[in-house]
Amino acid sequence: MSGESATRITPGNAYRPEDVAAQVAEGVEVSEDVAEYALRLGDDALILAQRLGWWISRAPELEEDVALANIALDLIGHARSFLTYAGAAWGKSEDDLAYWRGENEFRSSYLVEQPNGDFGKTIARQLVFSAFQHELYSRLVDSADATLAAIAAKALKEVDYHRDHATQWTLRLGDGTEESKRRMAAGLVSVWPYVDQLFQDDDLVGRLEGVAVRPSELRAPFDAYLAGVFAEAGLELPDIPPAMTDKSRHKHSEHLGYLLAEMQVLAREHPGATW
Amino acid sequence: MATGDQTAMAKPVETVETPAAEGHDKQAWPLWEVFVRSSRGLSHVHAGSLHAPDSEMAVRNARDLYTRRNEGVSLWVVPASAIVASDPDAKGEFFESPKGKDYRHATYYTKSEGVKHL
Amino acid sequence: MATQTQATLQAVPSAEDEAGQAYFDKIIAEDSRIEPADWMPEKYRKTLVRQMSQHAHSEIIGMQPEANWITRAPSLKRKAILMAKVQDEAGHGLYLYSATETLGTPRDVLNQQLLDGKAKYSSIFNYPANSWADMGAIGWLVDGAAIANQVPLCRASYGPYGRAMVRICKEESFHQRQGFEILLELSNGTPAQKQMAQDAVNRFYAPALMMFGPTDTDSPNSQQSMAWNIKRFSNDELRSRFVGMIQEQVKVLGLTLPDDKIRYNDETGMWEHGELNWDEFHEVLAGRGPCNAQRMERRREAHENGAWVREAAAAYANKKAQKAQVA
Ligand SMILES: [Fe+2]
Ligand SMILES: [Fe+2]
Ligand SMILES: [Fe+2]
Repeated sequence: MSGESATRITPGNAYRPEDVAAQVAEGVEVSEDVAEYALRLGDDALILAQRLGWWISRAPELEEDVALANIALDLIGHARSFLTYAGAAWGKSEDDLAYWRGENEFRSSYLVEQPNGDFGKTIARQLVFSAFQHELYSRLVDSADATLAAIAAKALKEVDYHRDHATQWTLRLGDGTEESKRRMAAGLVSVWPYVDQLFQDDDLVGRLEGVAVRPSELRAPFDAYLAGVFAEAGLELPDIPPAMTDKSRHKHSEHLGYLLAEMQVLAREHPGATW
Repeated sequence: MATGDQTAMAKPVETVETPAAEGHDKQAWPLWEVFVRSSRGLSHVHAGSLHAPDSEMAVRNARDLYTRRNEGVSLWVVPASAIVASDPDAKGEFFESPKGKDYRHATYYTKSEGVKHL
Repeated sequence: MATQTQATLQAVPSAEDEAGQAYFDKIIAEDSRIEPADWMPEKYRKTLVRQMSQHAHSEIIGMQPEANWITRAPSLKRKAILMAKVQDEAGHGLYLYSATETLGTPRDVLNQQLLDGKAKYSSIFNYPANSWADMGAIGWLVDGAAIANQVPLCRASYGPYGRAMVRICKEESFHQRQGFEILLELSNGTPAQKQMAQDAVNRFYAPALMMFGPTDTDSPNSQQSMAWNIKRFSNDELRSRFVGMIQEQVKVLGLTLPDDKIRYNDETGMWEHGELNWDEFHEVLAGRGPCNAQRMERRREAHENGAWVREAAAAYANKKAQKAQVA
């Protein structure tokens, strides 16, 4: 009677950051360009996970604490894999890259750097980013780079759920109460200036033909997906021009500095320490 | 589960009779019961409950809550209020009949013991 | 359930009540389980609601000291582990609220009791988590003490409580280990790291021992709880067993416990430890700990900031249900 739970628990099999690390340890060759591209993918996932992690213990309901934590954990997993792979080009670990790079060495987008705001803004950011990421990973699975393709294959299944989660909430907030509609719309307005940056091509993706996915190719399917969600939610597509950002992602929003100060503070107090 | 007059027998199992609770918020999300199939070939088994505004969110919350450690390959969510249970006050009576009917069990037939493939 | 409420209002127990009590006593004597729809003494129900909801509140408030370190975790692996751990605690609170709901009090009412300051939670979570090593000390000592408390509760006489505890104990198993490994890593690290680890153990040792509750002589409700098979061991028995375990484990860590009175008593078969400051315990429980106000404010903020979201989802569900009816 006691000691028995209704369900069993197992770790399950999947491509993990540790598997990428094992490949790197075996001496896989990673070019500077591929590493730079992996940094973009990894940094976006890392910064967004860092943002979402704040919600755990602050969500609107306990079930949502658990849901947001799951999404953050998925993203941390993607970040660790991409950063580990990128680090192979310079002999650096995921933690070297996460904790010891300065602000201008990060390659995250303005969108993921945006503060959480209220739940409406967080969902707006989630909807935009996971819809973008979904299109991106759907194509990255065919990358000529086997490691990037493998990380994307694992991540895509998870992002599929992230996009669904954000969609479900967008519908409920958009078509819930007057208050929720107002907040959801305000959230979209607040993140919209930073959408365009996600879809800008630059020289790097040009040089990585067949390895990287051209961001500009993702815009049309992204727009189509969002149009469907907005129509059902009774929300309007924000009519806001893109902000000046940086297609090669060397420049950042003001928010990133604060985020990194918090994220890196402890590690930097103890150079060379292991944890 | 219940035979005969369902309304007379209907009592929620492991659920709340909310009207009785003082200060209960009418806007609070309803309670759902979660059933998990741990692997193909097995039945769904009751794992626990959760709150959700509707069935679509309930099944997603169940995924987030009750399958974080690979516990399942399929989920059912059922509004707790939709479960019909046998009458707890009937206790023994309701389950008395099968007792003593040993002839329903193979162990009752001792003379054939030792006969192969039987 | 309605009949039972009426019955409690009567001075003389009804025939139904007497039959219920007899059946209840038989189940307890057989060490079987009471299930939600069963007749149960009103005091048993009240005791359970109090204990289970306090336990649930502790899981939820207990998320905070660790959640505060998610954004500062010093490696990505530790960040993931900590997130998963704090997430588990949300789940534990949720399982326990669900189990409590089977006794007739919905989650939102229980939550309101917490926010109104009418319900208590474990005093340990009113101490600050000031350093990363506290993540280790909390996992090792606080989750450790919780597990020692909770394993016997898997056999609690109330079915839903026992089942919730089984699930929780399974999930807890990694919590204590990850805490222990944080401390081990720090202890084997730089002098500053080792100092950080020892300092955390020093601060969390006594509050962790107090998690088992007042001494047996000072714990009036324990006897009844044990008679009802809710509790299986006394506070002092559990505390002694825990001291025995950690005084051994601390050697592996290369750290020390801040207590020179720890010794095994051959006669009683119990581990003894130094005097605990029970005045402090009661002060913290009464709301005057270093973080009581902060923890409650954070909980209240989350609840209030989430109100419009919960309302929106409920409104959306209503609209959908109405449309489905019309169609
Ligand atoms: Fe817990
Ligand atoms: Fe725990
Ligand atoms: Fe606990």
